[in-house]
Amino acid sequence: MRTEMRNEQFQSPSVLGNLLRTLHIDIPLFIGLLLICATSFVILYSAGGQEMPLLVRHATRMGFAMLLMIVLAHINPRRFQSFSVALFSVCVLLLIAVAVMGQISMGAQRWLDLGFFRFQPSEFTKVSAPMMVAWYLSEHALPPKPKHVVGAATLLLLPVLLIAKQPDLGTALLVASSGAAVLFFAGLSWWFMLGCVTLLASLTPVLWHFMREYQRNRVLTFMNPEADPMGAGYHIIQSKIAIGSGGINGKGWLGSSQAELDFLPESSTDFIFAVFAEEFGLFGCVGLLVLYLLVISRCFYIAVQAQDTYSRLLAGSLAFTFFVYVFVNIGMVIGVLPVVGVPLPLVSYGGTSMVTLMAGFGILMSIHTHRKLLPV
Amino acid sequence: MDRKFAIKDPLAESRLFLSRIVSAFILILFLIAGLVIRLVYLQVVGHEHYATLSKDNRIKISPLPPTRGVIYDRKGRMLAENVPTYSLELIPEQIENLDDTLARLQKLLDISDEKIELFQKQRKRNKAFTSTLLLQNLSDEEVAKFAVVRPYFPGVDVYARLVRHYPYADLASHVVGYVGRINEKEMQTLPLAKYRGTNHIGKTGIEKTYEEHLLGTAGYEEIETNAQARAVNTVATVEPVAGSNIYLTLDIDLQKIAYDALSEFNGAAVAIEIKTGGVLVFASRPGFDPNPFVSGISGKEYKALQDSPDQPLYNRALRGQYPPGSTVKPFLALAGLEYGVTDFGHRLFCPGYYKLPNVDHKYRDWKKWGHGMVDMNDAITQSCDVYFYDLALALGIDKMHEFMDRFSFGRKTGIDLVGEVDGLMPSKEWKKHYRSQAWFPGETLITGIGQGYTQVTPLQLAHATASLANYGKVITPHLVHSIISADYADLIGGKADALIPLKKQNIDNIIKGMTNVVHGARGTAGRLAKAITYQIAGKTGTAQVFTIKQEEKYNEDAIDFKMRDHALFIAFAPVHDPQIAVAIIAEHGGHGGSVAAPIAGEIIDAYLNQNKEAQP
Repeated sequence: MRTEMRNEQFQSPSVLGNLLRTLHIDIPLFIGLLLICATSFVILYSAGGQEMPLLVRHATRMGFAMLLMIVLAHINPRRFQSFSVALFSVCVLLLIAVAVMGQISMGAQRWLDLGFFRFQPSEFTKVSAPMMVAWYLSEHALPPKPKHVVGAATLLLLPVLLIAKQPDLGTALLVASSGAAVLFFAGLSWWFMLGCVTLLASLTPVLWHFMREYQRNRVLTFMNPEADPMGAGYHIIQSKIAIGSGGINGKGWLGSSQAELDFLPESSTDFIFAVFAEEFGLFGCVGLLVLYLLVISRCFYIAVQAQDTYSRLLAGSLAFTFFVYVFVNIGMVIGVLPVVGVPLPLVSYGGTSMVTLMAGFGILMSIHTHRKLLPV
Repeated sequence: MDRKFAIKDPLAESRLFLSRIVSAFILILFLIAGLVIRLVYLQVVGHEHYATLSKDNRIKISPLPPTRGVIYDRKGRMLAENVPTYSLELIPEQIENLDDTLARLQKLLDISDEKIELFQKQRKRNKAFTSTLLLQNLSDEEVAKFAVVRPYFPGVDVYARLVRHYPYADLASHVVGYVGRINEKEMQTLPLAKYRGTNHIGKTGIEKTYEEHLLGTAGYEEIETNAQARAVNTVATVEPVAGSNIYLTLDIDLQKIAYDALSEFNGAAVAIEIKTGGVLVFASRPGFDPNPFVSGISGKEYKALQDSPDQPLYNRALRGQYPPGSTVKPFLALAGLEYGVTDFGHRLFCPGYYKLPNVDHKYRDWKKWGHGMVDMNDAITQSCDVYFYDLALALGIDKMHEFMDRFSFGRKTGIDLVGEVDGLMPSKEWKKHYRSQAWFPGETLITGIGQGYTQVTPLQLAHATASLANYGKVITPHLVHSIISADYADLIGGKADALIPLKKQNIDNIIKGMTNVVHGARGTAGRLAKAITYQIAGKTGTAQVFTIKQEEKYNEDAIDFKMRDHALFIAFAPVHDPQIAVAIIAEHGGHGGSVAAPIAGEIIDAYLNQNKEAQP
């Protein structure tokens, strides 16, 4: 028995390895992603009221997203580089189209309906924005000169404002941070960053001064949801009860009373982490965080191994944005960050964010598997 | 392009990148550590607390609405109070078939479709477990009727709630205003956290202007319920903070005297305490009963109010714009003296008309045969139009505008009541801008007797009179005397906001002329002097009304009345130590002296007598 298995293990890497290499798949990253996706199925089954159709839909989307990842992994990163500008322009145009259509229909609009297909241009911006900034900065020497920093910031501002106006603060935040991450990895001076933070902090009172009373109240509720226990604070209170009652070991799979009693809102989407924490406790949470950390580490490794500036910057940004996703969502669910609509990456139920995330990982794999291995 | 390659240093760049990746990784580690610490805090330190909350029970949060602040008059009489009434409320979460329940309730208690619709809107805003109002002001009979069948209506209950009530009804309706149910438009901009559990919001008057103070702060209860959704235990309570009480400067006794004195006339009376700027009387007749608005006025009732030819919903004291007529004369006379274009002794012969040089048109005096030889004192006392045509021409429209503007003619006084309008004091620039026309000299003349484009509100007139009696000290009029809450009291008013530079001698002269209006031998308001022991300074006014000809077809009888002039009167007293300034407008009252002046007299008399009684 033992020898057989050993033989299998011995043989499989070469066969499987070859297969994966032709598929342009990075094995460690792929395994990490699969583990997170598996976690997603486990918890979604419980959070979604143990409904199989929900899982089937989730699986379908995941399959599609994986397929997209593999397709993108096959494309040479050079090609991404040359398509950056066009892709970004299309995204911005689509955002404008959405804004105009929203104006006409007198309501918030995020979707672009092409009849047979509906999608959110803001989602694609999450990938195209860092591509654009990475392209722009890699055209010049690094660290970027002030005028290039300003140029990159201007490029970013347009889509961010358009998305924030939809209004979709969560996505606007993610797009902004993906672009900012590129600037950071490009070597933006620490002093400049400090300056920006100081400037922003000093501008806040000015902005505050120009706001109307009700707008101020909205901001205050946003910053401190517990001030509105009947509205935004309700989610937080329920979420904290769910997490806290999970304790160290958790109540076990399917043991979440808060979700079962339908008391935790958005339990299968944005607040799925609360259900996870209730059922799997502190151990489970730390485990999930470690899993995320491993994926991020692998992505950083890929970024460091990348052979040209564009790839490096893009890889670094995609990896960092993935972390921002995790941090903003969990921070919100455990009540340390304001409530913005950001799902838990790869775990929350919901299609579009999964597709863009997987697209990002596809690009990362492409960068890693298309390296020219130099003869030593 | 060559330059680019010259500067690029791939090795340095990749080293820089590596250092940034390391920094980012360290940052990520720190942030993840932060998350873990928070999780430990929730799941280890707080575990027992949260486990108790979660175990078999559910925590519900129910809002505790604050008690709205009470509005008092200056003597502590309640103008807006909170009265306990029965209301029928539904908790949608506990009702299996909401539509069926509503239909049965509608049949049982005869509820209008409108109210059902309103309830549906409100329900969507609230959480499913919040009690939502369906019917207010249930009679004892209705309560009894429901009590019998209550077991068949799970999730429906009768509650004793505090409801806004206005005991003086129409008397102070335009000042106090009213609260009504929050509508959809208001929901868009309201700070929702503050209004949880509150169904009402100030819609007009003080109720709206001081909404922020009156509202208070909502509290809430965290209630533990069992599997049957019955409340078992209150886990935590955050008490609501009641809204501040507001004391007005208004005196409801004087208000009643003014309102009654206007009697059959539509119109307004405003009285201001000169030393403080506090508004004593702010009457607009006809008023309306604000109470039906609180529980939701029916469409029919509202339409009746809105379509009434007397326009009871219209706040004439604040928003009514009338030609001031001769009441502007004391101010223009003062302008003439201040700009030095004339002097108090300047004499002029009044033949009963005035002609501009080289123009045939005759500008008529109200007295067909003229006033004869008059000086400024006579001109004010007898309200000689010709004298003021001449003065207006000497001043010119722009100086008139400049001077009158200081007395707030043509701009808001800044009273603490929403909805004030500007009125209009014309100038050349105004006409060019809004009418795209040049200014004609004839328009200067008629502006001199308060006709033409000039429009004032009763409040503006009273305010200007107070500023004049105060020798140019302008105090912004205000209705709120103090705002009193559990932890602070805020006194309002009494401060001079501006000082119009005026010569004392000039003001003394004008006041002399105004005193003669009441006490002089040929004064236009002479009848006022008969019964009083103190002196009143005043000025009558008669404003021409231009009515559209087409109306004649509709109602012959009403037309005569509608064509009659508005009667105006401004006054202050006592002359030697001015305490109270008054402005009266009686629509279609005819003559200021015979109709408006007696109303002012009653208010002034009541005010001064009550002050005398108060001082032993």
